[in-house]
Amino acid sequence: MKNVILEIKNVSKNFGGVKALDEASLEIEKGKIIAVIGPNGSGKSTMFNVISGLYRVNGGEIYFNRNRVDGMADFDIANLGISRTFQEVRLFKNLTIRDHLEIALSTEDEKMFKSVFIGEIEKEKKIREILELVGLDKSLKTEAINLSYGQRKLLDLAVAFAKKHDLLMLDEPVAGINPELRKNIKGILKKLKKSGETILLIEHDMNFVMDIADNVYVLDHGKVIASGKPKQIQKNKKVLEAYLGE
Amino acid sequence: MFEAYILNLLILIGIYIILGVSLNLVLGFTGLINLGHIALFGIGAYTSALLAGIGLPFFVAFFAAGLISGLFGFALIFATRKLKGDYFALATLGFAFVTYSLMLNLQELTRGPLGIAGISKPSIFGLALTNNISYFVFVYLVVVLTVIAIYSIVKSPFGKLLHAARNDEIGLRVLGKNTNKIKFKVMAVSGFFAGIAGSLFAHYISFIDPSSFYITEIILILSIVIVGGIASIQGTIAGTILIFLIPEILRFFDLPSGVLGASRQIIYAVILIGILLYKPRGLFGRIDLE
Repeated sequence: MKNVILEIKNVSKNFGGVKALDEASLEIEKGKIIAVIGPNGSGKSTMFNVISGLYRVNGGEIYFNRNRVDGMADFDIANLGISRTFQEVRLFKNLTIRDHLEIALSTEDEKMFKSVFIGEIEKEKKIREILELVGLDKSLKTEAINLSYGQRKLLDLAVAFAKKHDLLMLDEPVAGINPELRKNIKGILKKLKKSGETILLIEHDMNFVMDIADNVYVLDHGKVIASGKPKQIQKNKKVLEAYLGE
Repeated sequence: MFEAYILNLLILIGIYIILGVSLNLVLGFTGLINLGHIALFGIGAYTSALLAGIGLPFFVAFFAAGLISGLFGFALIFATRKLKGDYFALATLGFAFVTYSLMLNLQELTRGPLGIAGISKPSIFGLALTNNISYFVFVYLVVVLTVIAIYSIVKSPFGKLLHAARNDEIGLRVLGKNTNKIKFKVMAVSGFFAGIAGSLFAHYISFIDPSSFYITEIILILSIVIVGGIASIQGTIAGTILIFLIPEILRFFDLPSGVLGASRQIIYAVILIGILLYKPRGLFGRIDLE
């Protein structure tokens, strides 16, 4: 029996007259890496935003761990166990690396009085482990504003990973970075896959996902035009026409 | 004579330090441009004056002032929770106008433009704070407690969330943090301290009328926060001292009172423009004014 963690059923999202998602469906099994690919404007990021509750759907249903999540608040969805990154790195520029990871790891920091009078449990060990995993070798006191673009990408990944989750959603994790870092991030994803992580990945570059994704969904004009194993997708005529323009 | 003048200045500085750090908690640390802070100060002043006027002990009036202003702070953020940036600032400015208007027009309660006179000098556990020295000691005790409380909040894990909410609210929400709840709490705390500052002000001046809480007064508190530095407590303390002391130089020139008032405003404007041009982080700020 399939252990489906996320199920998107005929989801539509309109912006005025533009259909960003048009009855798109997708499912993710636990422990798999699923890639969503497609040309610019095909609805990939919109799909991430409806899953994480930043956009309300106009139609269809989304289930995460059997809970219906469309219509729920974004932070409630996150607390059910969805962690994500954005295409543009979203870090808290005046906070340090340690602050970022402490916020991501904490579930008690919203309680003001407890936070002031008791503080937090020491998270040093966990923080070191996560930074080692992503290969970010910088002082914990470094503010995000003082990191290079590549280092910010790594911190972004570390924060998403540190947050308690069952599903990790990564929006173009290798966009705009140098080939060496790209290779490193690919290595991180492979390590995560080995450790049993469930990952939904948006990627523009088809070649990047070919040897890490278990399944690939191809979006074009908000519709899922193909899905299947990476090798099948590579040969799919519809995909080549829409995605590669061939 | 000179001693009384210094003491008066120090007491006012103390009250405005409380007002400034409580505004910095929301404006500097959380990024909420709350122009209604002056109204929360006024609500605290009126609450305390009215409760003391019906014979309640000072301590009750003092804490009630904090609680009622805190409640109004909470109500203000609850009503405006969906507004961001400039829109939030405008809505809070509207709140300040409405509150001023109510102070002016709810004459049966506030005595309107005539104001409330003869506000009693506080008495704590039988010890009457009738002279300025004892009041100075009490004010600075409250200042120290306020600074410790707000410092503890901003340095706590909860305080990190405030910084994060200022930088990127969506980034924080997708980490599972309810930013609305965070803002509710911080506005209630800020309102509480603005309210107790109002109480200290009312019982010190012993007369309040709506003009003390008119919207132009927010410029003074904003100047304190901006000059001292966004998200800096020591900056707010330094900013308050500077903003209060610089215009005092005018007293040594024999200017007519009409000119004196206007000159103060000009000095605030010059300081603000100077800070914005040459030191946009203020005296102690680590964050750019955005």
